[in-house]
Amino acid sequence: MASAKIVVIDYHKGNLLSVQHGLAAVGGEAAVSDAPADISAASGLVLPGVGSFESAMEYVNESGQGEAILDALGRGVPFLGICLGLQLLFSRGEERSGERGLPHENEEPVPAGTPGDDRWVAGLGFFSGSVTHLRSGRLKVPHVGWDQVYPTEAGERTQLLHDVPSGANFYFTHSYALSDDVDPTLVAAHTHYARSFGSAVAQGPVFGVQFHPEKSSATGLVVLSNFVDIVRAGGVR
Amino acid sequence: MLTKRVIPCLDVKDGRVVKGVNFVDLRDAGDPVELAAKYDREGADEVVFLDITATSDDRSTTIDLASRAASQLHIPYTVGGGFRDVGGCRVMVSAGADKVSINSAAVHDPTLITRAAASFGSQAVVVAIDAKQVGPGDKWEVYLAGGRISTGIDAVQWAEEAARRGAGEILLTSMDRDGTKDGFDIPLTRAVSRAVSIPVIASGGVGTLEHFAEGIIEGEADAVLAASVFHFGTYTVRQVKEYMASQGIPVRLDF
Repeated sequence: MASAKIVVIDYHKGNLLSVQHGLAAVGGEAAVSDAPADISAASGLVLPGVGSFESAMEYVNESGQGEAILDALGRGVPFLGICLGLQLLFSRGEERSGERGLPHENEEPVPAGTPGDDRWVAGLGFFSGSVTHLRSGRLKVPHVGWDQVYPTEAGERTQLLHDVPSGANFYFTHSYALSDDVDPTLVAAHTHYARSFGSAVAQGPVFGVQFHPEKSSATGLVVLSNFVDIVRAGGVR
Repeated sequence: MLTKRVIPCLDVKDGRVVKGVNFVDLRDAGDPVELAAKYDREGADEVVFLDITATSDDRSTTIDLASRAASQLHIPYTVGGGFRDVGGCRVMVSAGADKVSINSAAVHDPTLITRAAASFGSQAVVVAIDAKQVGPGDKWEVYLAGGRISTGIDAVQWAEEAARRGAGEILLTSMDRDGTKDGFDIPLTRAVSRAVSIPVIASGGVGTLEHFAEGIIEGEADAVLAASVFHFGTYTVRQVKEYMASQGIPVRLDF
């Protein structure tokens, strides 16, 4: 069995201890690093979720991490994006870290590239699709707490969600989520809050989850354990 | 559906649990991290560590607690008590705390809420409000120092301001009910829950299973927090959640 040298990518926006400890709790060998060279050498990558889309992308681009991540994704290195780490895989996010703040309640999405449009921040673009605010007049946003995750038909066969029953509860804390312009064949699970959104995506060895498996008690550890198994095997079965 | 959270609170003094009793299944029930890990196994949705070590500038014990909790807990946890500035919050977040709860420092300088939210994100910033009813009718005032110091600030308005300044959640404690086992102050909880669009955690006064459900159904809270009923073993977290579920409240029971 190959070793599972997982690099938890540090983009200096918050603490990554929980992710590292969660991986360790299921027997993963995880190190935190911000160095593109370490990202390139890893046998598995975890991109955790801290900070805002815009500030994270600024750091990821300037540090050279983005290039190293895309290169690793292209080589089929097992990858798990958590929360913002999932969102960054997509083409664009609606979040700004500056004074512009949140979009207006009833603001309709405008096509990318519309002149004068400063609403979108470009993501890594490994997958196409948008990340948008969870607008709700009735429900509290951010979406904070434990909510149910429903695997799709394809998701039920996804190794990352092996032994995760339909409707299992995971811990969420986010104000933005995948929009409906995301390719439905990527979506491995849905969650319903303010709208139905993709709470897990999978394509080959590349995974993303909107929830925090490292904060989802025993159920979350099942997901991390599945990921460690995938890394050990050098990919999905 | 988003579930309602049940949150055990551990009062910690000099690194030890205050008011704890001996659980036969714990090696050291006075160790806050070991007790919190037990609550994690029993289905707690989060835990709060409240550092009540008075007048101490030495935070090393609490920082050590936060970092040990990071390695042993797999649910979110909040550290509260004793924060004075963003730097102090940052140390705790860096040690692994998911959220920091700020109380009197935010009253003295409300910009601390904004600055902490800008530094760590709103999801990491809990503003704790200790409220006491003043005069007749539904009016409550913010108190500090465990209910000893009156501020003259209206509790509902303060909750609104905290939310506007970037707080991610309000931890609302009724100082009239705290320790009484008479149940939450429902009118207070409802008034604050309706005034803000961020989650409200009801605290202070739980003595029975019915009280937990009342906090959610009548108080319209998003989460319920209790200390002694858990520490003294009156109820387990599972018992509380099963009762809440029987009252139609969505709770997480798959643990």
